Amino acid sequence: MNVTRRGFLKLTASGIGATSVAALGFSHRRALADVRLFKLTQTSETRNTCPYCSVGCGVIVYGLGDRAKNARTNIVHLEGDPDHPVNRGTLCPKGASLLDFVNSPSRLRFPEYRAPGTSEWKRVSWEFAFDRIARLMKEDRDRNFVAKNAKGQTVNRWTSTAFLAASASSNEAGYIFQKVVRALGGVCFDNQARV
Amino acid sequence: MTNDWVDIKNADVILVMGGNPAEAHPCGFKWVIEAKVKKKARLVVVDPRFTRTASVADLYAPIRPGTDIAFLGGVIRFLLAGDKIHLDYVKAYTNAPFLINPSCVFEDGLFTGYDGEKRRYDKSTWIYQTDKDGYARVDPTLSDPNCVFQRMKKHYERYTPEMVERVCGTPKDKFLKVCELVASTGVPHRTMTSLYALGWTQHSVGSQNIRSIAMIQLLLGNMGMSGGGVNALRGHSNIQGLTDLGLLSNSLPGYLTLPNDDDEQLKTYLERRTLKPLRPGQLSYWSNYPKFFVSLMKSWYGAAATKENDFAYSYLPKVDAPYDVLRVVELMSQGKVNGYVCQGFNALASFPDKPKVAAGLARLKYLVVIDPLATETSEFWQSYGEFNDVDPAKIETEVFRLPSSCFAEEDGALVSSARWLQWHWKAAEPPGEAKGDPEIVGELFSRIRQLYAKDGGAFADPILKLTWSYRITSSPHPEELAREYNGQALADVPDPKQPGAFLARAGEQLATFAVLQADGTTACGCWIFAGCYTPAGNQMARRDNADPSGLGIFPAWSWAWPANRRILYNRASCDPHGTPYDPSRKLIWWNGQKWVGNDVPDFKVDSAPAEGMDPFIMNAEGVARLWAPAMAEGPFPEHYEPFDTPLPKNPFGKALNNPAARVFPGDAKAFGKPDEFPCVATTYRLTEHFHFWTKHARIPAVLQPQAFVELSEGLARKKGLKSGDLVVVKSKRGSLKAKALVTRRLPTLVIEGKEVEVVGLPIHWGFTGQTKKGFLTNTLTPPVGDANIQTPEYKAFLVSVEKA
Repeated sequence: MNVTRRGFLKLTASGIGATSVAALGFSHRRALADVRLFKLTQTSETRNTCPYCSVGCGVIVYGLGDRAKNARTNIVHLEGDPDHPVNRGTLCPKGASLLDFVNSPSRLRFPEYRAPGTSEWKRVSWEFAFDRIARLMKEDRDRNFVAKNAKGQTVNRWTSTAFLAASASSNEAGYIFQKVVRALGGVCFDNQARV
Repeated sequence: MTNDWVDIKNADVILVMGGNPAEAHPCGFKWVIEAKVKKKARLVVVDPRFTRTASVADLYAPIRPGTDIAFLGGVIRFLLAGDKIHLDYVKAYTNAPFLINPSCVFEDGLFTGYDGEKRRYDKSTWIYQTDKDGYARVDPTLSDPNCVFQRMKKHYERYTPEMVERVCGTPKDKFLKVCELVASTGVPHRTMTSLYALGWTQHSVGSQNIRSIAMIQLLLGNMGMSGGGVNALRGHSNIQGLTDLGLLSNSLPGYLTLPNDDDEQLKTYLERRTLKPLRPGQLSYWSNYPKFFVSLMKSWYGAAATKENDFAYSYLPKVDAPYDVLRVVELMSQGKVNGYVCQGFNALASFPDKPKVAAGLARLKYLVVIDPLATETSEFWQSYGEFNDVDPAKIETEVFRLPSSCFAEEDGALVSSARWLQWHWKAAEPPGEAKGDPEIVGELFSRIRQLYAKDGGAFADPILKLTWSYRITSSPHPEELAREYNGQALADVPDPKQPGAFLARAGEQLATFAVLQADGTTACGCWIFAGCYTPAGNQMARRDNADPSGLGIFPAWSWAWPANRRILYNRASCDPHGTPYDPSRKLIWWNGQKWVGNDVPDFKVDSAPAEGMDPFIMNAEGVARLWAPAMAEGPFPEHYEPFDTPLPKNPFGKALNNPAARVFPGDAKAFGKPDEFPCVATTYRLTEHFHFWTKHARIPAVLQPQAFVELSEGLARKKGLKSGDLVVVKSKRGSLKAKALVTRRLPTLVIEGKEVEVVGLPIHWGFTGQTKKGFLTNTLTPPVGDANIQTPEYKAFLVSVEKA
């Protein structure tokens, strides 16, 4: 590691208050480490898992903010988790650039609605979206629910609305979606496992 | 994966075929390099392209896309003809000695019972010979002409190295070198691991590709061994978890299945799935099916699921056909599907035959997209010039786009390829008004339920009575859901072995699925996950990375299903007497009283070797299946050409394509012929991108900014193309434009004496995001899937290439 004399003095100065002069003999490394720490010292670390392929690499998410109730955490850095037994701190080009996914300009921020035949999105409230979708689903289910097949067997299925679930969503999201879709009688249902 | 990522380091030979982990799973691939460096393991790559994985291989062999069974069948023939198998293992642990019904035969490329009109087999003759007690008959000497072993030998006689060369285009000497390396692991102290991905599954014969390698690994005695196994390198971070949870048209959590129309009563439904042992003394673990199923129904319907109402059996939908995505697109195009709810799934980009998908979406009444990103699917109605040439005025679909959180903004568990359930923690709030997926689904369902409570409607009971005891009604918390799918005791569960003692007390989280009951006293949302959230807390959040055995097992890091077992079928790593085949990598062993070891035994822990229970306890046979009658297109894998094939006929038999693959009537004309489309195309990923997702992230978009097509030097010469030229690639379904990249990575193959060019199509671009706009690659792919599970044939189809 290249350290200029001026830089060395500057770096060690910060450590002097807390350490003895005797320790200074090997302290320039330690001081450099302090500078490295400085970049993330205001952040909170959170353990997470890369959402891309299925190696399941451990990542550490660095958020700016101390998780105080009214402070909105801003994710400023992600890196591989060195404790993770599979990736051992490494990440591929996709994982190493996860910050750009979290902060992508394509991230959706508000519910939007496109009316039939129009060519634009309209921002809507969650209230409007939930209410309208719930009604559309109920209407379609009530109209097309198949209680019995042609042979008179009870089948209780709903095939006129289909569902797709994300293979990047967590187990918990998947579980609740499964439970809800089957309660509605849904059978047209898939995740990316087939494609 | 039957094994796990770190276990790859224990292999002596690594066969990568049907995948390219150096590119698609880079941080897992490091364990291949570890094996090469530390263990002098040999890496063998068989692939149409000289991939990044091939570039560090000890041996590379080219192959024509869609001919893996021809190649692997050749390997099987090589092993059997040369007696290069682990014979003791094969005799003891596979169905090689089982006798097959003599009236099930194979002739002219077809098995007995084929109905060409229905494109389906009557499998009634595909059965074992049975004795008077109903058990399968066996010939331990393997000499009966109707035993599986002899039948298999006969079936693969045709798969000679010469045929492999003719059909696959793999030079005979290369093929034989692969065979020799593979065969070198047919001894107890050497193992081979197989690493594959979508390069094997995305074919009309995908399931049989996997079956073929499973047969090879069984013949070599590599299943259950450390450094062995059949390892699917799955493509998404939680595709394993969502499959485990049964988010597929005909599935329920934990590989239970939805009832069919004919399963009218709970009794018949359970009987058909509660598999009795086919040999004396076998466990047949699916004999516990009623416990798993009733516990699921108790989890979902609580007090409304009673013995009297068959545990609310009628609340579940029954299926008359597989409602996979290909069928849904077909139903959409017929106007029979009105609504589509797409959560984190870019259907327009991911489904085959984009023109058909786009036309189908345009017939929907409503489309709901739940996603963190602005996907192509959400904008299918928007005109993007030649990339998406539609007229919004003519599309009457109502479209909703609901913003969801991403991984960093939620708590939860993802299941890696290695079946590890790893918990992650929320680092920040999602942007703007975005919400977590459980909250969106929870709120939507709560509203629907309110409407049914108020106004009534079609069969409202399952909606009104669904258990929903979450602290915040509209927003179930991930911890609550994890506790629910782990399961809990609803009443005290007495221990049958110790009167007065209990396996679990009422209200307690379950420690294991062994506690589950069929009488309604336990609830469990996903039986294979039982044990992940126990009275001791969230096991998925464990972070002890100690590896006491040195085998890469990490027993206290997160939690693996089932039962925290890291290597499946590990009983087969020991000989029938309970002694490990390889003392240098002992997974489990019999200590005189019980099974113990470095991993959780995949076996009944107190069953002494002398009792004769066999290691493949999930199978009714107790042993693994070389002959598997459950497969749609036949009990032995047979080579069939892709639906878009460059050959006029199948060199192996009369049936050209997979005879049991489903083709919708309207799609029969969707397949291309070589006179019009002479090149074989295959699709794949690049290391810089993840599907159609990272094009929304700046750095990956900068690294791979624009769509390109890989072409061989031979094809470039013939067409007068050079790198950087804009080319038009056409298939029977549609056409796209992209930049040419001329490369020696793609060979010109000689198939049946004729030159065949292979064209490579990376999949990552589209008309939203930060890269240059591009065409969706699935504009070109055919609308046909595997005969068993309907995975589309993305890896082998025909195209033409011309200068734009």
